[in-house]
Amino acid sequence: MRWETWSDFWLMGGYGLYVWGSMGMTAVLLFLEMVQAHLAHRRALALARAEKALENP
Amino acid sequence: MNAFFTLVVRDLRLAFRRKAEVLSGLFFFVVVAALFPLAIGPEAATLRHIGPGVLWVGALLASMLTLPRLFENDWRDGSLEHLVLSPQPLGLLVLGKIFAHWLVSGLPLVALAPLLGLQFDLPTDALGMLALSLLLGTPVLSCIGAIGAALTLGVRGGGVLIALLVLPLFVPVLVFGAGAVEALNSGLGAQAHISILLAMLLPAVCFSPWACSAALRIALE
Amino acid sequence: MTMRWFYYAAPQTFYGLAGRLWPWLAAIAFALTLAGLWIGFALAPADAQQGEGYRIIFVHVPASWMSMVIYLAMAFWSVLGLTFNTRLSGMMTRALAPTGAMFAFLSLWTGALWGKPMWGTWWVWDARLTSELILFFLYLGYIALTSAIDDVRRADRAGALIAIVGAINVPIIYFSVKWWNTLHQGASVSLTRSPSMAQLMLWGMLLMALAMWAYTLAIVCYRVRTLIIERERHTDWVQALAEVAGANA
Repeated sequence: MRWETWSDFWLMGGYGLYVWGSMGMTAVLLFLEMVQAHLAHRRALALARAEKALENP
Repeated sequence: MNAFFTLVVRDLRLAFRRKAEVLSGLFFFVVVAALFPLAIGPEAATLRHIGPGVLWVGALLASMLTLPRLFENDWRDGSLEHLVLSPQPLGLLVLGKIFAHWLVSGLPLVALAPLLGLQFDLPTDALGMLALSLLLGTPVLSCIGAIGAALTLGVRGGGVLIALLVLPLFVPVLVFGAGAVEALNSGLGAQAHISILLAMLLPAVCFSPWACSAALRIALE
Repeated sequence: MTMRWFYYAAPQTFYGLAGRLWPWLAAIAFALTLAGLWIGFALAPADAQQGEGYRIIFVHVPASWMSMVIYLAMAFWSVLGLTFNTRLSGMMTRALAPTGAMFAFLSLWTGALWGKPMWGTWWVWDARLTSELILFFLYLGYIALTSAIDDVRRADRAGALIAIVGAINVPIIYFSVKWWNTLHQGASVSLTRSPSMAQLMLWGMLLMALAMWAYTLAIVCYRVRTLIIERERHTDWVQALAEVAGANA
């Protein structure tokens, strides 16, 4: 392990803001993308079910 | 070949009936060129530095303004379908329309730019290079822009959408066009830039009609 | 062999295939991410000049690679779609675009965060960052065009054309930006790493790149399934699906 303490890890030798700003944005965007994909899928399924309801009243 | 010239003459005639549309693009160029000194300050050295770039971007935006109407009027009155269905090669007909568009929207910019360049205190040889680079670059803009116009036929938000699609593709022309004048100013000589502009012009003229035809067929289905 | 490919080109069969694939791809992506981050943050040493700040490359470089690879994939599917007129090709391209745009944005964001401590400014008109910016615009253009056209088939085909035109232009754009950059740039700033990068750093980057690759495949499979349901919802086979016919999703 490179890091002596957790504090060292977060500070990243003074570059903490930049490194975690990058990693953080990556995590946020990936998370948002997955959420969006999941919600879009649910919406599509709802549309399909609505279609079915239209056909079989 | 006959079809090509017939179409060019026809488009020119139609354009002259709608002088306002054509002239508004040119006035836009003039206005934009005046805005930059107002925003940045009248210091001659600065203006000389930014002049070529500003005029190039202005020309780019001005020639973009008239792109939505390249195919739209014909599409609305049904003559576009006739063109697509005609026995003449669609690529040739499209090239005719692009050429007419350039004559009306691009060539006047080439003539205007040196005059506006005087506002930026550009030396005479820079004005000449500016005109030459625009002469080679504006046809490429018309060619690439036509593809955007064909793809967005009848789509809402057309003009801005064309800009979004087409401006990134214009970057190489802009870089070498404005760069040619910069190179001349800094004494490096602009032969390489001019050669590259030519090297972009020839494929654009060959490739664009083909891409436009495909785009028109997609749009008209 | 070709019959096999065309078999999977039908939305119905691809739906099943994608459904089986994406969980595995997601798991692989997760594992590779953990491995890559472990090497990148726990094992790899600090850089001689950049200290700990260089660790941004473990996302910056893979994101840049992915943004370019995805655009090439979009162009590939576009050519396929226009040639063979398959519906699936359009869906693949549409599914790829948001992820590609995201990686392009991430590349720019992390590039800026890397540039600030190293070279003092939030934005550097480095040839590669500038080309990345234009690539981002190309993605936005594709997404805007396909969203603006209501007719799905026309939107797919128009998008395919603009993707191909863009792909042809990318090398020209890169070349012209590089030229522009060398003329105007005083000191040579570059976000490339020196060739003598430590082995561990390279491994970290590679693993993260593979992780993003697997992630992209997973999310594209997932998205294409969504698109298939949307577009084919009137067909019998979709109506018969457990997710649709059953009471719950």
